[in-house]
Amino acid sequence: MNKENKQQINIICDKCGIPLTPGKVTLSYLGSSFPVELPKCSQCGLVFIPEELARGKMDQVEKALEDK
Amino acid sequence: MDQNLLRQREAKCVQEEPPGCTTACPVHVDVRGIVDAIRKNDYKTGLLLFNKVVPFPRIISRICDQVCQKGCKRKEIDEAIAVNALERICVDNMGEPKASSMAIKAKKDRVAVIGGGLSGLTAALELAKKGYLVVLYEATDRLGGSLWHTPEEKLPRRLIEDDFIQLKNNPFIEIIYNTPISNDRSSNPAFDSICADFSAVYLGIGSKEVLSLNLGLDVDQEGKVVIDPLTLQTSHPKVFAGGSLYLGEKGKSPITSISHGKIAANSIDRLLQKASLTANRDKEGSYPTLLYTNVKGIEPQEAVKCSDPIKGYNREEALKEAQRCIMCECLECVKVCEYLAHYRSYPKRYVREVYNNLSIVMGIHHANKMINSCSLCGLCEEVCPNGLNMGEICQEARRIMVKRGKMPPSAYDFALRDMAFSTGEKFVLNKHQPGFNVSRMVFFPGCQLSGSSPQYVRKIYKYLCEKIDGGVGLSLGCCGAPADWAGQEELFSENLENIKSRWLELGKPKIITACPTCFKIFKERLPQAEVDYIWRIFEQYGLPPMAKSEPRKLVIHDACTTRHEDCLHESIRNILLKLGHQIEELENSRQTTGCCGYGGLMMFANRELAQQVVDRRIKENQADYLVYCAMCRDNFVAQGKKTYHLLDLIFGENEQDRARQLGPDFSQRHENRARCKIAFLKEIWGENVAEEKMDIKLIIPEEARRILDDRRILIEDVAKVIQYAEETGNRLKDTLTGRYIAYFKPVAVTYWVEYSPQEEGFLVHNAYSHRLEISG
Repeated sequence: MNKENKQQINIICDKCGIPLTPGKVTLSYLGSSFPVELPKCSQCGLVFIPEELARGKMDQVEKALEDK
Repeated sequence: MDQNLLRQREAKCVQEEPPGCTTACPVHVDVRGIVDAIRKNDYKTGLLLFNKVVPFPRIISRICDQVCQKGCKRKEIDEAIAVNALERICVDNMGEPKASSMAIKAKKDRVAVIGGGLSGLTAALELAKKGYLVVLYEATDRLGGSLWHTPEEKLPRRLIEDDFIQLKNNPFIEIIYNTPISNDRSSNPAFDSICADFSAVYLGIGSKEVLSLNLGLDVDQEGKVVIDPLTLQTSHPKVFAGGSLYLGEKGKSPITSISHGKIAANSIDRLLQKASLTANRDKEGSYPTLLYTNVKGIEPQEAVKCSDPIKGYNREEALKEAQRCIMCECLECVKVCEYLAHYRSYPKRYVREVYNNLSIVMGIHHANKMINSCSLCGLCEEVCPNGLNMGEICQEARRIMVKRGKMPPSAYDFALRDMAFSTGEKFVLNKHQPGFNVSRMVFFPGCQLSGSSPQYVRKIYKYLCEKIDGGVGLSLGCCGAPADWAGQEELFSENLENIKSRWLELGKPKIITACPTCFKIFKERLPQAEVDYIWRIFEQYGLPPMAKSEPRKLVIHDACTTRHEDCLHESIRNILLKLGHQIEELENSRQTTGCCGYGGLMMFANRELAQQVVDRRIKENQADYLVYCAMCRDNFVAQGKKTYHLLDLIFGENEQDRARQLGPDFSQRHENRARCKIAFLKEIWGENVAEEKMDIKLIIPEEARRILDDRRILIEDVAKVIQYAEETGNRLKDTLTGRYIAYFKPVAVTYWVEYSPQEEGFLVHNAYSHRLEISG
């Protein structure tokens, strides 16, 4: 969480000009969905998924759902 | 997949069949297990395995006639393993006999055993184990029969005593000594009254003459009791007989006698349980093994001699002899296939895993990746003694997974997108040669050669137009192999129909392919078309005039999809010889060639494994390789092997450099195909077509480009993300680096791109993707 917190400080929504803050996001795949907390623009809803998350945990979840 | 088919396929794999020594042994001693135990210095396990099937281990360890050696594969190389000597050292580590404490429920039936030799004693023990009350009639005052004729130094008497304690202490066995049985008046009881009093009788009276005993059993011309070899039943339905009575004086075999005792006990049990006497008994006694074991390359080595024949092997000698055993197993396919070896088992188990995977309704499909990783190359079928093809099974499983919507999208989506490009308008072209309204032949270069080496595609077409009369059409497209490999039957059929209608449009010309896989697909799935290889055309019509290169020593890697194309293999070699090259063959070539890691889309479903496949293949020979498939070339070169495509030697300039040059990345392949089509239209048909340009200009440094290719992200998708971000303003900014970050999902995958606008375009720093969808 620490790492993500740090990153969201660096990342701003360019459109709204405000820093991203932790927000609720739903991720879904092959009929399954689950809520997660991700850096998100509180105004326009644009989210940020860091590379480590996409290529790490999210990849694992994808593979697990594909084998279900 | 239906159950019967599953069983048929499983049965083809013989890896689990017991080895020849075990099946030759009438009681099926696990010799391989004993050898393994000795290698591990675990004599206790060795003894346990021996004693499991041999009721008198001390005796047999000294006098076994070793029928097992008839089945020993080592005999084909030098001499059979000294099995009995190995058994002996296990037994010599045995302690004092212990009383068995098994609680058995007594049955009401009583069985008489006549004769206290090895077969009778075994029958008595086996029947007692099943709860029958046994009365054993022995003619003399001791058990063992002809064992006592064995010299004492070979069979110490103490061993006989020790092995027989279990009979004397057995509450189910009553031994009556000094009672020879016949139907003479002197016999008490008489044989006939025993037959009447007992539920069944086993006759194991040795090799003596039986006529004078007047038993009333049928005898043959030689005066021997007629015995059914399968059940050991005599003409009297309740009387069974075996041992030396059956084998005769010359055929005496202690281990076979023990086996007879077991077979007769089984028959008697079946008789008394009113079960079939004959069903499923083909694996009792000696039988030939189904296990195949290749002994090629095994060095001859004499059997280890005992330094002290009286004492038998010492541990050092036993270990040495145990190491001489080749531990028979098949694994012919696993030895030659990295994929089959990777999952650390063998097809019999794999077939079952595939089947189970397809049967899961709720739960994890653990075998998905295994099913999707096979290259479908069919090498296993070639080397399997029974022709089992794992590729067929995996491909069938993939088709079922696709039909049920259970195919993991990440396995083949990228490859199928690549195919979609090659079957789309940017690449597909179908034309007669300029100036012709018929085509005698049509050149179908395929998508991969066009993506990898488009320059050769144009040169081949020009060559064909010059050499062949009657018009040579051109057909650009994809044969559909990726769909076929991915289990996408509908997509494959749809594409094949398109190819067929284009072929009909051109007037059913003979199809000339440059890709081994296209050839195979057309030959098998479009049988109405005549198909040939460009290589055979070169042979028939002569090589192009520029075909000359400096003579080299080249190792041929045949394409796996050509394994049954003997004529093609000859053509390739003839061309190389004509060009003045020296040919070297790999051990597995032609019919038994391997895959380059691309087949079956292995490269997409399991990249690490595909790289291992390539690595193994390219290390088989130090010299440079020669291939005639664009994918083989690109995959080998990608892992550092200097590899020539045959076309490099025919058309190439600087072929020396070409042989090391990396193939184009996935984006570049698309571009090459699109450009190939445009170049043809311009150069051959004189059409004025503009090259399609991307709406935005991207600047992609080498490093970023490598990342994109590695992550299977196409440049066109990167462009879509940036275009979307710039149009909508939906972009994030990293305040530390000043770079923009944006994401977009064109179809199924969400792509993320890190970029910076520059004066002349957009500089791409990084990209990644995921399939989970972002909502809410």
